[in-house]
Amino acid sequence: MDLSAINPVLLVASLMVAATAVMIAAIGELIVERAGVLNLGVEGMMITGAICGFAVAVQTGSPLLGFVAAAGGGALLSMLFAFLTQFALANQVASGLALTLFGLGLSALLGQGYQGIKPPATPRLDIPMLSDLPVVGRILFGHDLMVYFGLALVAATWAFLKYTRAGLVLRAVGENHDAAHALGYKVIRIRVMAIAFGGACAGLGGAYISLIRVPQWTEGMTAGIGWIALALVVFASWKPWRVLLGAYLFGGVTVLQLNLQAAGLAIPVEYLSMSPYLITILVLVIMSADKSRAPASLGRVFHATH
Amino acid sequence: MSEPLLSIRGLTKAYPGVVANSDVSFDIQPGEVHALLGENGAGKSTLVKMIYGLVKPDSGEMRVRGAPYAPPEPQAARAAGVAMVFQHFSLFDALTVAENIALGMADPPAMRDLAKRIREVSETYGLPLDPWRVVGDLSAGERQRVEIIRCLLQNPKLLIMDEPTSVLTPQEVNILFETLRKLKSEGTSILYISHKLEEIRALCDEATILRLGKKVATCTPRDTTAREMAELMVGTELHVPSREYREPGAVRLALNGLSVKSPGQFGTSLKGITLEVRAGEVLGLAGVAGNGQDELLGALSGELRSASAMVVLDGTEVGAAGPGERRRMGLLTAPEERLGHAAAPDMSLTENAALTGAERKGIVSGGFLNWGRARDFAKEVIARFDVRTPGTENAARSLSGGNLQKFVIGREVMQDPQVLVVNQPTWGVDAMAAAVIRQALLDLAAGGAAVVVISQDLDELMEVSDRFGALNEGRLSEIRPAKGLTVDEIGLMMGGSHDMEVAHV
Repeated sequence: MDLSAINPVLLVASLMVAATAVMIAAIGELIVERAGVLNLGVEGMMITGAICGFAVAVQTGSPLLGFVAAAGGGALLSMLFAFLTQFALANQVASGLALTLFGLGLSALLGQGYQGIKPPATPRLDIPMLSDLPVVGRILFGHDLMVYFGLALVAATWAFLKYTRAGLVLRAVGENHDAAHALGYKVIRIRVMAIAFGGACAGLGGAYISLIRVPQWTEGMTAGIGWIALALVVFASWKPWRVLLGAYLFGGVTVLQLNLQAAGLAIPVEYLSMSPYLITILVLVIMSADKSRAPASLGRVFHATH
Repeated sequence: MSEPLLSIRGLTKAYPGVVANSDVSFDIQPGEVHALLGENGAGKSTLVKMIYGLVKPDSGEMRVRGAPYAPPEPQAARAAGVAMVFQHFSLFDALTVAENIALGMADPPAMRDLAKRIREVSETYGLPLDPWRVVGDLSAGERQRVEIIRCLLQNPKLLIMDEPTSVLTPQEVNILFETLRKLKSEGTSILYISHKLEEIRALCDEATILRLGKKVATCTPRDTTAREMAELMVGTELHVPSREYREPGAVRLALNGLSVKSPGQFGTSLKGITLEVRAGEVLGLAGVAGNGQDELLGALSGELRSASAMVVLDGTEVGAAGPGERRRMGLLTAPEERLGHAAAPDMSLTENAALTGAERKGIVSGGFLNWGRARDFAKEVIARFDVRTPGTENAARSLSGGNLQKFVIGREVMQDPQVLVVNQPTWGVDAMAAAVIRQALLDLAAGGAAVVVISQDLDELMEVSDRFGALNEGRLSEIRPAKGLTVDEIGLMMGGSHDMEVAHV
């Protein structure tokens, strides 16, 4: 075994890349759940976003348009969920699971003919001088734009929830939809918007995998990242910065275990492969023991009685 | 006479199958405290929801200071100077006081300025409140202050209060009334909804009485007796529960230093409760909600276990026994929450009857249910307690609150308990049903059972109790004979005013 083969700078740089997809999807779901809706369809929306983004990027040659299409695709699919749960008052858990299954099937259908193609490359940040700095340059200034977008999204979500009136109303709707309705807030409209945002974020997360991380299209390529995003939101106690932490932890352990596998560590590969899931959840479970609660209306059907 | 602040003409609202309001008209003058009085289901809530813009009337018109007024949504009502304090507080537990108040305002200032204004207003009106506290940690009285301050910050011309005193101690009620009188002296009108007649007589200038959605009378509460108003409300003569004094018998239920930790995060643990209840006796336990009532009922029903010697039933230690065992021995309970705790909402009355009556009514034999017997039992309860329902196969949820409460209490009473413990037996129940339930409890005691009534309704406790105690933060006050207790004494037993102070302006 040769641990010296693991380059710490490269490790940190690549964990940021590995964490971005799950982070963006989890931030979207965080907003959805803060509005009191439990959408278990993240995996389905991610994979749909992955193929929408991939197809459009390949057809147009523009990764940017690809990401826009991915957000659009994810949001469109989430509107199906919004219709079922907010207007037809269907059960959110069942609708979310159905959405995941539907998304997996739909993406496989859309992806016919896109296998084995290489998508156009996404531009990297390249600031003369800064990007060439040792260590810091590689970690801070050498990534593709989506990594920075993800970080900005976490900060923006945090500020939105904490400092803006719209964020306060969103939290209020998730906390007690009957009271919010009694005060005259449009519960359904706010929730539909939150669901659309969640769908768009999941789509972006999916496209990040198919356009940058992997980059190619294979069926079912999100491989459970959507479920990890869901778990992240819960164990991060619905707090944006903890989502970032959890995602980086998850990404970090993923990259590390790959490195360890390559270095020939004498632990069976199966254990290493499961380690990111185990360690992330373990750490977040310990952190979430601080009595923070779920939004009180989470998963409850809202029906205006008057 | 000046132009009325709010005038309502011929307001009508029908829901499928029921007319909630039919042709209701009345006026509210500036600076007047106007009572809206009626039984549950009389249409009070629908009426105020129309005034507050939550419900659109089918016909009729409203005018504010002579100008047509038809708010499409609460924001419009607030803009017109109408504010409302809800019966079931419309607060957000996880948010702070300031955030909650900001949500109720059309255009709130920045949080720091808002916090300052909250402090100012709360001091002016004698309602101390820390803007940065999380609402989930506040007491019921403090939560109400949040709602009131939320309304006051908008300088309303009309303040609607829906059953504001149901969660307050007598002292807190007095302080609320001081605040309301101060508002009135500043020219604010108040629409005060209640079914507590003495309060209305103490506070209100005019009263509109609703029955079954129609206005049946207008009166001046000061010049009308409580009994007259009650009879206008229910439309018939009221039956006051009767009782005669009996010498109490042997001790049936004894609690010896009962201490139980609350299972809930926001619950109250019981701390060293000691009491005795004798055969033929009714013990009334008062207390503001959240002072250990639910936990005490749980500890008696067997949902919460304690050390064996802490609960003694007819000389047998049962503290460690489960609910089924205690039921077999004759200790029955009826919890406060009708839907979900006392009854399973989506199960039929037959099934609900079987759920607690299975053992004592011989409904189970050899592990099999005898549905015929369960149905007969449900029928008996329905017949004796005049439960209005199409039949025994209707879901518990489909019954009105009063009818379901009669069923839930009747189900326990008719199992001939040795000891019956009830929590809030007439909460949200109309006066007729409440009288039936109270009479049944008294009859049960007369038959030699020991009855414990936990309630927040002091009038009710004074009506039924032989002895009286109060729960405060999980501790029990001294137990005293109910006869001759004054409201002030009771208030002190309940723990006083929870740091409220009278408005000092």
